[in-house]
Amino acid sequence: MIAINNYLALASILFVIGIFGVFLNKKNIIIILMSIELMLLAVNINLVAFSTYLNDITGQIFSLLVLTVAAAEAAIGLAILVIYFRNKGTIAVEDITEMKG
Amino acid sequence: MNILIFTPVLPEIAITIVSMFLLIIGVFKKNEKTYTTISNLAILSLLVVLFLIFSGSVPKGVSFGGSLITDSFSLYLKTLILISSIIILVVSNIYLRNINLLKFEYIILILLSVVGMMIMVSSNDLISLYLSIELQSLPLYVLASIRNKSSKSTESGLKYFVLGALSSCILLYGLSLIYGYTGSIYYNEIASNLSEYDVGILIGVAFTLAGFAFKISAVPFHMWTPDVYEGSPTTVTAFFAVAPKIAALGLIVRVLITAMPTLMEDWQSILILLSIFSMLLGAFSAIGQRNLKRLLAYSSISHMGFALMGVINGSFDGVRSLSLYMLIYLVMSLALFISIIALKTNDEHIENIEDISGLAKINPVMALIISILLFSLAGIPPLAGFFAKFYVLYAAIDAKLYYLAIFGVLSSVISAFYYLRIIKVMYFEESAISFDPISKRLKTIIYLLTAITLLFFLRPSIFINFAGTASASLFI
Repeated sequence: MIAINNYLALASILFVIGIFGVFLNKKNIIIILMSIELMLLAVNINLVAFSTYLNDITGQIFSLLVLTVAAAEAAIGLAILVIYFRNKGTIAVEDITEMKG
Repeated sequence: MNILIFTPVLPEIAITIVSMFLLIIGVFKKNEKTYTTISNLAILSLLVVLFLIFSGSVPKGVSFGGSLITDSFSLYLKTLILISSIIILVVSNIYLRNINLLKFEYIILILLSVVGMMIMVSSNDLISLYLSIELQSLPLYVLASIRNKSSKSTESGLKYFVLGALSSCILLYGLSLIYGYTGSIYYNEIASNLSEYDVGILIGVAFTLAGFAFKISAVPFHMWTPDVYEGSPTTVTAFFAVAPKIAALGLIVRVLITAMPTLMEDWQSILILLSIFSMLLGAFSAIGQRNLKRLLAYSSISHMGFALMGVINGSFDGVRSLSLYMLIYLVMSLALFISIIALKTNDEHIENIEDISGLAKINPVMALIISILLFSLAGIPPLAGFFAKFYVLYAAIDAKLYYLAIFGVLSSVISAFYYLRIIKVMYFEESAISFDPISKRLKTIIYLLTAITLLFFLRPSIFINFAGTASASLFI
């Protein structure tokens, strides 16, 4: 039996990697979408670990719902990305600067 | 607990079914008139739901096994959300025709996000909290980028999506920690299990509050607001400025008061920082803005800082002042946004402050109305905005947070500067351009909302009692 601390540590490391992926990346918006997925999966690890630890099914149901929402979110994000690309011809993060201040 | 009780959430179910139905109509009947038909049907159904809520025929109580709760507080917020979305739909009808963007999807998206907001204010567990926030924000991402040929609109949609998704992740991480350390997702059980002091809980609460702060665009999570407000079509901006903010504030109040009352000292210190920084940054950054929508974005950030002041105390008076603030903020800012939408020069909608220079000579009535609204936003008595600020400041002083009240008054003074600058431009600068006549429907809405702002002081007790009965239901 692996102690719950290890799961929580793993989840927090993945979450932090996700946050850094969003903020440090300068090249590509797709990488931001991937980082967001990573953060959601970190949360899922948290939920499932807690669920087993507490002997309570709710956490697992929560994580299934999170997966569903993540899929919907990715679909909408990619759709917005496509219409943005049609207008600008680029998806580099450093080029998204039409509005500032 | 009976799972099969769903009469308390009948309004949400009704709007969901209507939106599906309208989607089918829109897909199968694509011609010129479809937009008008769908828009009229949507407004009609929202009016019916509003009437049902107002006449008291929606029963109070929990439904779906305790996941959703309908009490006076959530019904009050639902009323505000419905009123703002009805006004937005009526105005959109005119505005979208002008900019040639009559897409029926626009209405469906607004309806779906209204359902999300209504569930948000009546959520009673962590799952319904997360799902309703997502249901509310996903349509908003699409609405921001609905002008898909404009690079500004798509850019704002993209920015909103990335930061919104990030904020949902942060919120969700906090929720998972709260679930893990309390062993329950229901607010009342969380409140009773919270008594032990645990660092995991504190991290969870901090992450959750950060996620909430994103949704109401409180500093330091405000970066998306000006860009999204500037890039989106103006009716969408008006919707962003009002309805999601009301829903998110209602959610914050419910979560903090019913689920975390024992941790009050901890969340209090976080909220004080959010509130002070929002007020000050909103006031200072708006000074240099030329674009009216950007300026209003900063103004809304500052107003959210004021509204947060109401919840800091965690008392009945504080929540009542916040409920009143949301009502008055809705009236003022919708009226101002609609006035901006109404002003056109040669079929071009105005964008910048200098576009309305000399308005007082060409259209003195509109200039007067905009000045009244700006004075009200600045909080000058006897207009409605003064009462809104007065009651939240009173709540802060009541909680012995004198420095918070001082920061509030200071930022109010600073923000008066840029509101007055717009009035100066309207009255004392010359302009050669002329303005197009304003349609009757827009005029009626603007006059009505301005009349409420102007005449609020005659009978403030009506609104205060309304907000009071709503807030009382949280403190039973």
